[in-house]
Amino acid sequence: MAAEQRQEQLVVAERAALREEGERVFVASQWQLMWWRFRKHKMALVSGAILILLYSVALFAEFVAPYDPHKYDVKFTYAPPTRLHFIDEAGRFHLRPFVYGLKQERDPKTMKMLFAEDRTKIYPLRFFVRGAPYKLWGLFSADRHLFGLEEKDAVFFLLGADRMGRDLFSRIVYGTRISMSVGLVGIGISLVLGVLIGGVSGYYGGAIDTVIQRLIEFIRSIPTIPLWMALSAAVPKEWSPLRVYFAITVLLSLIGWTSMARVVRGRFLALREEDFVMAALLVGASELRVILRHMVPSFLSHIIASLTLGIPGMILAETSLSFLGLGLRPPVISWGVLLQESQNLRAVATSPWLLLPGVAVVLAVLAFNFVGDGLRDAADPYAR
Amino acid sequence: MLEFIVRRLGLMVLTLFAVTLVAFAVIELPPGDYLTAYAATLAASGDTVDKEQLESLKRRFGLDQPMYMRYLKWIWGVLHGDFGYSFGWNKPVSELIWERMALTVAVTFSALIFTWVVGFLIGVYSATHQYSAGDYIFTAISFIGLGIPEFLIALVLMWVGYRYFNANIGGLFSQEYQTAPWSWGKFVDMLKHLWVPLIVLGVGGTAGMIRIMRANLLDELRKPYVITARAKGLRERHLLLKYPVRIALNPFVSTAGWALPGLINGATIISVVLSLPTNGPLLLNALMVQDMYLAASFILLLSALTIIGTLISDILLAWLDPRIRYARR
Repeated sequence: MAAEQRQEQLVVAERAALREEGERVFVASQWQLMWWRFRKHKMALVSGAILILLYSVALFAEFVAPYDPHKYDVKFTYAPPTRLHFIDEAGRFHLRPFVYGLKQERDPKTMKMLFAEDRTKIYPLRFFVRGAPYKLWGLFSADRHLFGLEEKDAVFFLLGADRMGRDLFSRIVYGTRISMSVGLVGIGISLVLGVLIGGVSGYYGGAIDTVIQRLIEFIRSIPTIPLWMALSAAVPKEWSPLRVYFAITVLLSLIGWTSMARVVRGRFLALREEDFVMAALLVGASELRVILRHMVPSFLSHIIASLTLGIPGMILAETSLSFLGLGLRPPVISWGVLLQESQNLRAVATSPWLLLPGVAVVLAVLAFNFVGDGLRDAADPYAR
Repeated sequence: MLEFIVRRLGLMVLTLFAVTLVAFAVIELPPGDYLTAYAATLAASGDTVDKEQLESLKRRFGLDQPMYMRYLKWIWGVLHGDFGYSFGWNKPVSELIWERMALTVAVTFSALIFTWVVGFLIGVYSATHQYSAGDYIFTAISFIGLGIPEFLIALVLMWVGYRYFNANIGGLFSQEYQTAPWSWGKFVDMLKHLWVPLIVLGVGGTAGMIRIMRANLLDELRKPYVITARAKGLRERHLLLKYPVRIALNPFVSTAGWALPGLINGATIISVVLSLPTNGPLLLNALMVQDMYLAASFILLLSALTIIGTLISDILLAWLDPRIRYARR
């Protein structure tokens, strides 16, 4: 009897919870619903965290990188990644990881210079150490780094060193700033172009629509890489790095806007027929107000989703162009510029860590793809 | 059907015209004209600059005439198989490009076939074994395949080949066939080298194909006619191949259109990494030294190739699926 009663109570409580849940869904704002949807996509959540991490690294590159990325020392040409140790020679455990000193020996057989650990010297790795002075964002002078060695004569290369003995980890960190921002700036320009042109195309329809659609089809049918190669080869050699950076970004978005325009046009076409648009027009709202106040908010989420999916293409394009030597040029550091060094197969064979900037590229691209997928699913929280 | 083809052909002519404009713009892009650059390099290398010769070249390319005349002159030449003169190689462009273009087509086309076959097989497997271990593994691989740029795969493969097998896996031919004329032996030798670029190029495209095939076939398999057929005792293999696979195949044809630009993009970059004797290295080099007639010819031909490929896939699709030729009217 008691058991039965308890059962009944449970059912009642369950129903109430369900009702509450339902009401919560009814009163939640659209953005809240989207967040709930997005939250279910675990890979997208993890990827979102990775993106936040990457952008923080890009923002605080000077602080995160232990060394100045341009500091070279031919002594350390192709020095291998330094190993972090927890247990020393005597078998003692150190909670704080440490590195051994770096020494060079000549291989008695091949007479090649080899790097080896100098086990007599121990340098503990510390957080917030004083190192090379820098200017954060060109504004604040500082010399604290996220981590590093306190001793001035000691060096460590977390991911090895390159042809000129520069610290690859520091260079990848600085490259994050350029590579990740190329995607953002490029997609920003594509967004403006795409929303303007796609909006006009979808809102007015008719002959304008046909012309714009043909134009988009045309741009999409040209293989982009050869065209990009040609256009960026025309960027004058004597331009400053900053100007080249913007020129390349604009070039990328000149072709990238088409997919954005397609999304916007499709949404406009669908929404134009909706009752609430008609209602707004009937009560005398101006066209601009209808577009900005009534139509744009209802497809903003779709735009954000396709923006996110558009960024990896930009990053890949920049990387490919710089890799070929047609995009950004040293001394600017981007992942593509770093990968240029790995074109030398002999160097890669002996120092495979030169391929590591590629890992950063793959990580960023995959993360953007997953977040974009999650956002696309979440963009329409009322579907299904 | 005929009307559809005619309309698409008309559109293609328009697009081709636009492409010639773009290619011409590429010729005109570099600051200054290329003859002065050519004269400067000649002078720098110690050669005597022949005034006569310069003048005749100037007349030949119409540098003393307005831009539209230059365009007409150039396009007239192109239509007659004269793509201009490569100053970098001191040869007419048409002598340089055709073999490279043929190999580009060969590599791209085989990559497309590879993508189709592998994408089809894995896609069908993934759809019929939904949520199995194999499905998860292929899904994971295809996601990664979509995210890794081709040239990186090429680099890693080159490195692995060099490091662990002590072999250079780049190139399309062995040493002895490099400059040899075409023969059966050379062809077989090419097939032996072709698998590396095929895998590199195919990974990205195959990943996309698997996703499409899997999604389409899953949609199709849930339809009532499949259940009916199964209830009537049709063998599973027969049931699968008779209709669902055929219907799910339609998007395959249409994807050929958009897969082509991607494949040509990829082929251009990886041929630089793998040093294939295709368009990539030559185009890159031409752009570096501002050998603009050569560069523009490549861009023109590659774009034309894509456009024609898209047209073929459109017509094929319309022939396969009548709904398309009526809907687009």
